[in-house]
Amino acid sequence: MVFLEFEQPLEQLYQQLEKLKEVEAIGDVDVSKNVKDLESKIVKTKEEIYSNLTGWQKVQLSRHPQRPYTMYYVENIFDEFVELHGDRQFKDDKAIVGGMARIGDQRLVVIGHQKGINTKLRQYRNFGMANPEGYRKALRLMKIAERFDIPVLSFIDTPGAYPGLEAEERGQAEAIARNLFEMSQLKVPIVCYVIGEGASGGAIGIGLGDRVFMLQNTWYSVISPESCSSILWRSWDHKEEAAEALRLTPEHMHGFGIIDGIVKEPLGGAHNDPEAMSQILKGHLLEQFKELSKVKTQDLIDQRIERYSSIGKFATVTS
Amino acid sequence: MRLRRYGHLSLPPFGRKPDPLSKDLSAKTSKKIARLDLNANFGIPYIPILKQTQSMGWFKRLKDGIQTATKYKKETPDGLWYKCKSCDHLQTTKELAANLHKCVSCDYHTRLSSAQYFEILFDEGHQELFSDIESTDIMDFVDLKPYTERLEAAKAKTSLKDAMAVAQGQVNGKSLVVAAMDFVFIGGSMGSVVGEKIARSIKYCIKERIPLMIISKSGGARMMESAFSLMQMAKTSALLSRMAEHKVPYFSFLTDPTTGGVSASYAMLGDINFSEPGALIGFAGPRVIKETIKRDLPEGFQTSEFLLEHGFLDFIVNRSDLKERVSKMIGLFGF
Ligand SMILES: [Zn+2]
Repeated sequence: MVFLEFEQPLEQLYQQLEKLKEVEAIGDVDVSKNVKDLESKIVKTKEEIYSNLTGWQKVQLSRHPQRPYTMYYVENIFDEFVELHGDRQFKDDKAIVGGMARIGDQRLVVIGHQKGINTKLRQYRNFGMANPEGYRKALRLMKIAERFDIPVLSFIDTPGAYPGLEAEERGQAEAIARNLFEMSQLKVPIVCYVIGEGASGGAIGIGLGDRVFMLQNTWYSVISPESCSSILWRSWDHKEEAAEALRLTPEHMHGFGIIDGIVKEPLGGAHNDPEAMSQILKGHLLEQFKELSKVKTQDLIDQRIERYSSIGKFATVTS
Repeated sequence: MRLRRYGHLSLPPFGRKPDPLSKDLSAKTSKKIARLDLNANFGIPYIPILKQTQSMGWFKRLKDGIQTATKYKKETPDGLWYKCKSCDHLQTTKELAANLHKCVSCDYHTRLSSAQYFEILFDEGHQELFSDIESTDIMDFVDLKPYTERLEAAKAKTSLKDAMAVAQGQVNGKSLVVAAMDFVFIGGSMGSVVGEKIARSIKYCIKERIPLMIISKSGGARMMESAFSLMQMAKTSALLSRMAEHKVPYFSFLTDPTTGGVSASYAMLGDINFSEPGALIGFAGPRVIKETIKRDLPEGFQTSEFLLEHGFLDFIVNRSDLKERVSKMIGLFGF
């Protein structure tokens, strides 16, 4: 298990539990009561830690190395899935995955950022930072969805669109902008979940939808706390303050009316019980698509555009 | 490929060098610009781009262009000098202003304000739209300074209300709505006000069936409005899709610089995208890219010429030809 700084009290308790279980395995002494006590203490401690997370702690949790990524959910939620590759123009981006899927009689087109689960794969997936071809692959799949009247499910989990030389040459800005434009008019429902990191244009590039949700221990912001710190504080050391200032937690985002709701994670975070998380998510998304299937296509698009048109806060003054 | 010469990229990131110009283009120009001039030490941030000088023939043709009317020459006070950051040519601000704020020697295009573009584009008189909205501090944002203070300081320094102004007028007798960004206002950053002004402009243009031109000039989204600024990308793009449905043309004019959330939304979504020579255009800023790839960037990377070459712009237009070109495009789109 990997423990984050603020999870230190848990680490100690788990160590004690480990020792007790060793004693129990020998079988000379009955420690079952101690084990039980310790287990309930762990639950209590978890509840305490997790009920009061700061913005920065949520950022850390969203990046937890054991946190489930898009492909984990794909494997655990769907009855069938066929991955589709390539943008038909340049190449197949490994940082955005997608394909056609089915849960019971609900067919879906799934797109999502994908991070690697180990050192080698993290490189392979470019740390979940997509190039233009990733956004264009996602758009190609969404167009298939539209043509065959299949709703779209999007999983957002990126530290940002890749700021590379080739990405610029191939039009990173245009690729993201094009997706926003096309997703606004897509004739099928789009439901988005921030399952980890929701950083900036790279996130919203596949994140415009009829419903947008965030898992409990995730963040969504115009910039990462680190970059924000480096620009506004002119140093990398103020990431915690930046995380607070940016109001990037699901609770803030819901409070602002920018997202539709928060999906609760199992105690201790999604990585503590990825299977349970998958089941929660499965139930949640099926409900969304069921409701959205009742909305007429034109109403769907009108409401989607209206939803985004109304986001913004400003003062009206007499000029 | 004369224009390729503009390519050059050892730019300081958004150099903070003051630009002592911003002279009025004419007597009619509003007091806003005049006041801007008094703040010359703030001025228009400047990025030197050109290292080579333009050929004289090229320059001569521009100088003789119709835009260099005598009315532009009269109003600038004497005694102010401007040294081109690109070719070091020393010229009076009067000369610079008479040349539409392009260096008289190398034709380097300095940055302009929204009001200056209105002046260049519109025939006599234009009307400002949607000037009744201002930014507010949505989330009590404090970094080294509270956002409220930054807003107040920006307003005081620039006498602008935010990073975008919208105006309607005639371009050679053809109606056009122009939404233009001001880089001097917190780096031309896009927050709720910029998004809302674009939204209102689009709705207005759909209703009145008038083409829309957005002049982008921005470092990207305004961090101090966090998710709200991010969502302006979706807001503006969604409404542009609506405008496309209604077949009202949108001309996106990307000027120096256009990066971040602005380039990754409305700036790249024009029915036509065009730019001035030598403008910095990209998603990530050059500094960030350099840090990421850990090597130097090639000559001319992320300039408008680079974007044209890679297929993201329809054309590059010299400021002297801007009005004529826009007027022609309006006509060719059937408006
Ligand atoms: Zn010069």
